Amino acid sequence: MTLLSVEHLRVTFDTEDGPVLAVKDMSFTLAAGEILALVGESGCGKSVTAMSIPGLLPTRGVAREGSIRLADRDLTALSERDLETVRGREISVVFQEPTTSLNPAYPVGTQIAEVVRRHQKLRRGQARQRAIELLDLVDIPDPRRRCANYPHQLSGGMRQRVMIAMALACDPKVLIADEPTTALDVTIQAGVLRVIRTLCRTLGTAVVLITHDLGVVAEVADRVVVMYAGRPVEQAPVASLFAAPQHPYTIGLMGALPANALRARSRRLAEIPGVVPPPTSDPDECQFAARCPRADEHCRAARPPLQRRRPDHDTACYHPGQEATHA
Amino acid sequence: MTSDVVALPVLTIGRGTRLRRRFLRRPLAVLGLVLVVLFLLLAVFGPMLTPDPLVQNLSSVFADPSAHHLLGTDDLGRDELARLASGARVSLVAGVLSTALAMVVGTPIGLASGYFRGWLDAVIMRFNDAVLAFPFLIFAVGFAAIFGASLRTVVIALAIGLLPAVVRVARGEAMMLREQDFIDGAVADGARPAGIVFRYLLPNSVNALIVQATVAVPTAIVGEAALSFLGLGLQPPAASWGLMLTSAQQFLVQAPQLAIYPGALIALTTLGFNLLGDGLRDALDPREGR
Repeated sequence: MTLLSVEHLRVTFDTEDGPVLAVKDMSFTLAAGEILALVGESGCGKSVTAMSIPGLLPTRGVAREGSIRLADRDLTALSERDLETVRGREISVVFQEPTTSLNPAYPVGTQIAEVVRRHQKLRRGQARQRAIELLDLVDIPDPRRRCANYPHQLSGGMRQRVMIAMALACDPKVLIADEPTTALDVTIQAGVLRVIRTLCRTLGTAVVLITHDLGVVAEVADRVVVMYAGRPVEQAPVASLFAAPQHPYTIGLMGALPANALRARSRRLAEIPGVVPPPTSDPDECQFAARCPRADEHCRAARPPLQRRRPDHDTACYHPGQEATHA
Repeated sequence: MTSDVVALPVLTIGRGTRLRRRFLRRPLAVLGLVLVVLFLLLAVFGPMLTPDPLVQNLSSVFADPSAHHLLGTDDLGRDELARLASGARVSLVAGVLSTALAMVVGTPIGLASGYFRGWLDAVIMRFNDAVLAFPFLIFAVGFAAIFGASLRTVVIALAIGLLPAVVRVARGEAMMLREQDFIDGAVADGARPAGIVFRYLLPNSVNALIVQATVAVPTAIVGEAALSFLGLGLQPPAASWGLMLTSAQQFLVQAPQLAIYPGALIALTTLGFNLLGDGLRDALDPREGR
C-alpha cells in the first residue's frame, strides 16, 4: 500500500556559478507505517529530496520537476496556502538541530499546544492536556511540569523529544526526520531513535529518515534507499541491504564502518577514494565510476539503470554483487 | 527506562531576577531610572498637589520662592511649579503616546518587511528613507499648518517622525530571526506567515523594541518642546515646557530661572530616559556576562 510516492524528482538550484543539480532523478515509494532510511554522504541530495516533499525549499531560484504524491494528491500542484494545511498535519518534519529549532520565547507546552490548535479545533485547555500527553508519549518525565519550561531549560535530548512530540501532535501520516540524532550525544541518540521507532509503530506513522549513519539505519529502518550524486543507487529492505549489499558504493560505505573494519582486522578504516562529483553536470555515465574499483568502459558509456537483482532489492550498477567477481 | 531523561533540577534563576541584578549593577542605569521615576511622579501627581497652573495674579509677578509658591511665579503671576508639573504631564502624554503610536504601527511593518523581503521590503524601505530624508521640523510645520496646532497634531507628527527608526529596528530583528531554525520549524508545522510574524518574530524582538522605545520617548519629549517652542504645539495659556521656554525668552535677564527650570527639566528627563535605555540594552544583551 503506497502512501507517498516520489517520481522522477529533479531539483535544480540557480546559483551565481550556474545551475546546481542537487537531485537529478529520484524516485521512491513509502508505504503506510514504513520507516524508510535515505542514506548517502553530504551533498548527495538526501535533505533536498526530503524537504521537497512538504514544499519547504525556497521558491526563488529553485526548479522542481517530477511528481510527489501523497495518497491521491500531487503535492507539487498544491498552492502555498494548501501546503500550510498539509504541513504539520499530514507531513511533519523533525530537524537536525534541536537547540535552535524551538521558539525561545514560549514554554514548550505552549508551543506544542499551538501546533495542535493550528490544525485541530480544540479548546486551550484540551490542547494543553494534549501537549502533556505528547510529552509523556516521548518519554519526558514529569511532563506536567516540563510543559512550563522554556527551551533553554531543557537538555538537547529533551528538546529533540519535544520536537518529535510537536511533529506527532496531529497524527501525521508521514514524518520526515532530517538527521534527527546527528547533533546529539551518542548515548542520547539511542533513546531518541527508540522513541521515533516505537511511536511510529504504535501510531502507524510512516517515516522518511535521513541519515548518513548506517548504525542508525540498522537500528530503526525497514527499508533503505542509498543515494549517490542526486540519484538512488540501491534500494532494499534493511536486512537484505546489510546481508548482501550490491552496489560498490554501498559496499564501500559499509567497509568504512569501524565495526566492520574491526571484524576484518584491518589496521585502518576502509575508505572510498576520491570525492563526490560536482553537481554541475549530469553526463550519461555512472557517476560513481571515477571512484569505483569495478568501473569499465561500459560504466563510462551509459548510466546504469536501477534494476532488480534480488527479491525486492534494486541496484543501479553493471557489476553488482558482494565481491568484485565480475572484474 | 531511558537514561538520558533523568529529571534534572532546573537551576536557572528567573529571567526577571537576573535582569534586575544586571541592571542594578550599573550606576548610570540606576540614575536614569531614578530620573525617569521622578519625572513620572511629577507628571502624575504634581498637578494634583499644586495650584491651578492657569490662574494669574498680576499683583505678584516674578515672585521669589515662598511657602505659597515653592518656585515662585512667572510673568503673569502663575505658580511656576504648577506650570512645570502641568508641562510634565504634557511631555509624558506627548512622549508616550507618540512612541506608542510609532511602535504599534512601525513594528508590524518592519517585521513584515524583514521577514518577507522582496518587493514589499523594497517599497517599505524606500518609503522609510523618504520620511527619514525629509527634515522633521519642516514636515511638522506643514503638518501643523494643515491640521492646526494642537497636542494631537504634535503627537501624530512626532509618531510619523519616530516611525522610520522603529521600522528599521524591527526589520533588522526580523531579518536576523528569519534565518533561525525555529522559523523553518514553524513553517514545517504549517504556520501561516501572519502567525510567524506575530507569534515568532514579535516576541523574540521584544528586547530590541523595548530599548528602541526608551530612546524614542525622550526624542518625542524634546520634539514636543521644540514644536511648542515654535508655536506649533500646545497653545498658550496652556503649560508645556517648550511654551514656557518661549515666554521666558523675553525675561531672560529679569528672571532667568523661568528659562532654567523648564530647560533643566527637559535635559534631565531626556538624560534619564537615555540612561535607562542604555542600561536596559546592556542588561538585556545576552552576550554580557551574568
